[in-house]
Amino acid sequence: MEKYIFYAFAAILLFSATMVITVRNPVRAALFLVLAFFTSAGIWLMLEAEFLAITLVLVYVGAVMVLFLFVVMMLNVNLTPVQEGFTRYLPLGILVAALITAEMIAVLGASHFGLDIVSAPIAHGANYSNTKELGRLLYTVYVYPFEIASVILTVAIVAAITLTLRRKTSKFQDPGKQVKVRREDRVRLVKMDAVKPKPPAVASEETAS
Amino acid sequence: MIDLLMSIVDWVTAQTVLYTMIKIVAIIAPLLLTVAYVTYAERKVIGYIQVRIGPNRVGPFGLLQPIADGLKLMLKEVILPAKSNMYLFVIAPVLAIAPALAAWAVMPFDATLTLANIDAGLLYILAITSMGVYGIIIAGWASNSKYALLGALRSAAQVVSYEIAMGFALVGVLVAAGSLNMGDIVLAQQGGFWHWYWLPLLPLFVVYFISGVAETNRAPFDMAEGESEIVAGFHVEYSGMAFAVFFLAEYADMILISMLAAVLFCGGWLSPFEGTFLADFFAWVPGIIWLFMKTSFFLFLYLWFRATFPRYRYDQVMRLGWKIFIPVTLVWLVVVSTAQVMDVGIWFNEQADALRAAL
Repeated sequence: MEKYIFYAFAAILLFSATMVITVRNPVRAALFLVLAFFTSAGIWLMLEAEFLAITLVLVYVGAVMVLFLFVVMMLNVNLTPVQEGFTRYLPLGILVAALITAEMIAVLGASHFGLDIVSAPIAHGANYSNTKELGRLLYTVYVYPFEIASVILTVAIVAAITLTLRRKTSKFQDPGKQVKVRREDRVRLVKMDAVKPKPPAVASEETAS
Repeated sequence: MIDLLMSIVDWVTAQTVLYTMIKIVAIIAPLLLTVAYVTYAERKVIGYIQVRIGPNRVGPFGLLQPIADGLKLMLKEVILPAKSNMYLFVIAPVLAIAPALAAWAVMPFDATLTLANIDAGLLYILAITSMGVYGIIIAGWASNSKYALLGALRSAAQVVSYEIAMGFALVGVLVAAGSLNMGDIVLAQQGGFWHWYWLPLLPLFVVYFISGVAETNRAPFDMAEGESEIVAGFHVEYSGMAFAVFFLAEYADMILISMLAAVLFCGGWLSPFEGTFLADFFAWVPGIIWLFMKTSFFLFLYLWFRATFPRYRYDQVMRLGWKIFIPVTLVWLVVVSTAQVMDVGIWFNEQADALRAAL
């Protein structure tokens, strides 16, 4: 049963990954990438890595790809000129892909990664919590790498924000100032006598036209 | 064909699948009925707030109004705009409603009444609800209309921004409860009204609910629709049942956010009289009734907001999300973590000990 579910997910994953690079419309390509992420989350779920699977959906599908789509829709890119070189570079692409496949087979093949060398992971019971295990490992054994990674990420965030602040061209509202505005700053009450201004009898025709 | 199927699926699996299907229907059918009557309640409540009567023609007190509305929408033609992206145009409402319904899988209705009692329940809800924005974006883009695209972009930016504040608020809950499991979070609040998390996590609670209103694109954060600015936003080109599906998704999301507020901050199915002299008097009330009463209160808040507040300006919505809510949640996360380590008050005692015992 599990095997068939895996093959179904794998087929959808391969199909959507292929569509990402072959489909003409960039928005559709981005949506196929979403499908690919979602399906790989399904495969991770089958590996009892539910925390990673749900985080993949939360971060990549729920946030990153939304912003991706946002940009693609705003820019209105046309992929056709980009794809013109598709067939021209195809031989080289196939060569690279074949090389990668060969390398992966060499490393992950049965002789190095077979069941007799690396045993299959044991299936855990219903009350096994992948989230708890991951948290325990991250905050005990791997606490320094974890902290260093988070500091690096923070530096990246600060750097990205500083880059946008380099040029002071953005306009923004200052809510404090907006709240402080009083009527006197905007409207001027003018006292006038209630007299009817005399209509200039001669010029009336010209002003109408 | 049948033989092949039988070789893949054995009897026990087939039975489990069948039972699960029945359970799903038992959740979704009442949910959709509730959605119908929330629209009725909305019109009645806003009507009375504005000193009107609201719907009162179809059936007694207008009670059949939602049925009539549904029939009308079903009979209307679904128009496909000529230059729209047809497949995406049709699939968008489905993408909007699927997450709104799927999130109910982990909702604990009572101590033992959950469809899927999974360990990372809270995370699952966060992940699934974050997918709801695709329906809106795709609808806006596939319609090939300026207003729809503007609505979709507004909505995407808004939902992604408020998701961060909402996520942090939920992180506070899981730090306090020491678990991601929805049932465990409710059980961690055991002990009566003052033991619920609304009190120690009050800033997170407020941020959560306001972000929830913003996430569901409801007034005063309904920038995605903004009738006066962009006609009706992302669903301007939709009609008939396709429009109704968006409508259903929006209301199902509202109910979901309300029930989550009840579960995470107001003790879920727990009785509010626990630990007082009234506890025995109300012991016969099933937990699900308490949960529904709390949910109804939050749903009423939604309607109340809509009748009370004018729509926010767009830059103010973004400012509220990024510059106010996120810092507030970050500060309170530090407070909650400290309280958890120091065993402060009645909320953080037993859970901390239980957590240490588990480790």
